[in-house]
Amino acid sequence: MIENRPLLTIFSHIMLILGVVVIAFPIWIMFVAASHPEIRMTQVPLPMLPGGQFFENLDIALNRGMSGMDGNGVGYMMLNSLAMAMMIAVGKIAISLLSAFAIVYFRFPFRMFFFWMIFVTLMLPVEVRILPTYEVVANLGMLDSYWGLSIPLIASATATFMFRQVFLTIPDEMLEAARIDGAGPMRFFWDILIPMSRTNIAALFVILFIYGWNQYLWPLLITSEPEMFTVVMGIKQMLEAAEQAPQWNVIMMTALLAMLPPVCVVIFMQSLFVKGLTETEK
Amino acid sequence: MARVVLEGIRKTYPNCFKAIHGVDVEVEDGEFLVLVGPSGCGKSTLLRMIAGLESITEGQLTIGDHVVNNLEPSERNIAMVFQNYALYPHMSVYKNMAYGLKIMGLPKAEIEARVKKAAAILELTDEQLTRKPRQLSGGQRQRVAMGRAIVREPSVFLFDEPLSNLDAKLRVQMRLEIKTLQANLGITSVYVTHDQVEAMTLGHRLMVLNAGNVEQLGTPIELYQRPASLFVAGFIGSPAMNFAEARIDAEGKTITISGQEALPLGSGGMAEHGGKDVILGIRPEHLELVAGAPDAVPMTVTMVEQLGADTLVHGHFGESRSDLTVRLDGIRNIKGGEVLPIRVTPDHLHVFDPKTERRLS
Repeated sequence: MIENRPLLTIFSHIMLILGVVVIAFPIWIMFVAASHPEIRMTQVPLPMLPGGQFFENLDIALNRGMSGMDGNGVGYMMLNSLAMAMMIAVGKIAISLLSAFAIVYFRFPFRMFFFWMIFVTLMLPVEVRILPTYEVVANLGMLDSYWGLSIPLIASATATFMFRQVFLTIPDEMLEAARIDGAGPMRFFWDILIPMSRTNIAALFVILFIYGWNQYLWPLLITSEPEMFTVVMGIKQMLEAAEQAPQWNVIMMTALLAMLPPVCVVIFMQSLFVKGLTETEK
Repeated sequence: MARVVLEGIRKTYPNCFKAIHGVDVEVEDGEFLVLVGPSGCGKSTLLRMIAGLESITEGQLTIGDHVVNNLEPSERNIAMVFQNYALYPHMSVYKNMAYGLKIMGLPKAEIEARVKKAAAILELTDEQLTRKPRQLSGGQRQRVAMGRAIVREPSVFLFDEPLSNLDAKLRVQMRLEIKTLQANLGITSVYVTHDQVEAMTLGHRLMVLNAGNVEQLGTPIELYQRPASLFVAGFIGSPAMNFAEARIDAEGKTITISGQEALPLGSGGMAEHGGKDVILGIRPEHLELVAGAPDAVPMTVTMVEQLGADTLVHGHFGESRSDLTVRLDGIRNIKGGEVLPIRVTPDHLHVFDPKTERRLS
């Protein structure tokens, strides 16, 4: 837009700044709270500027844990979360790539029926099917394991649908050229389709990693052993952990830590992410 | 090197649409056959059947000594150049050309030697071999696509409208390169195009297809001089042939365009078709502007197109409704509304049956 109206410019900047403040203020408070001693967080008014105990709090949160947590920090919870998020993201991408490949490139009976079956599961997120899924996982003996944490969340209609759309934009000649070059179906999949959907895979990885990392209800339900806790559910446990006033400084530090990996993934994969969602040239 | 023999080839799609109604042709070793016709005539389908990308409903296809009806494309010893090149966008030019050889399981040194050789033939530099296809111009991509075909050292080249994505100037240049390349390598080639100039310049023989039927098979000059049907007559030659309804007199000596003077029929007349209503075809280049000739027919000019080397004059004979185009060489100062004396060269008349649309003479 080419316009020269100063009032409009000022107005739009005020709106933008307000938006940033609304998003950033809680994060700032979190950061401030994570840098004060425990006692300061119980006094009013709450501090608005960072205190001097950031690294002590970091040490407590990661390694020692707060009082009443048996001396365990949240470090292992971070690792659990990482393992779960990676397994979900990688698993979802692998399964969706294969199912989209089958749906787009093979002519088998009831092809469209299966496609719609997969599509319909969009209406069945884990929260809806939580009881039967729990039953299945429990019978398979996967409670309190990484498999139990990740497998029920791996099937993904969204990713299958997205890869289907990506594959449909790849010209048929690509397949024909590969056939003339003598590439079989899996070779074509591995050598041509996957490299050509590289950016889409990266974009989806970002979304799915964050989805996996932020899982709350499912891990809460199927883990009972503390060593399988994930960090997102860990925060909630901390509030109730000890029969005493919550240690806000440690809790906020944990929340800060829990935010870190998704932020890193977004920052480091940003360029691929944007490309993957916008690039059209094949 | 191989002959390609098509015997009674038919194609019916699962929805009962008949795309090809029986094609018989023997493509000789080293021959350049062009399949030409308007869009939807089945020429690409036929090529894809030879390639193995479409199944053959009926008939037998032989490449070299083998019946290949049920072989995979990669087992037919063919190579294909696609309309939009179909280069793998994520691979360098070198890898694009080497991919098929890698799958064949050739040793690395052999692959490198073949790619380098093809690159030399196509004048692709080492620097260009490291680039990605999107960093190349249209003409260079076209070369890479041909390179990918050459490195396979196939017995048959298949081209599916390879020049239609290029601009006019480049198209003429690449046309010449393909012709030279094919002549030098001596590899049997089948080439699909809808462009009759491309067809005429490239092919040793042309096969004109219309709605899945073979209209005519012959050398470019045969097709030009003796088109077997109205369709071929109208398709080959630019600007297109003029057609007019006409009648042959009882003795078969002269032919009369409705309401005009009789024109003599060349080379002994057509006694066997005496008294018949026919369609007369005359090429624009076989009409002459002759002042004062006794057998000249007056033509009313409606429009003039100046091409520099030629002048195309559009109009009609006297009261006749049929449009007429005359091609005169050089630059002529002619305006709409003028009446020109036009003479028809008797030896260049084409006479067709209005019902069967086949050639009569």
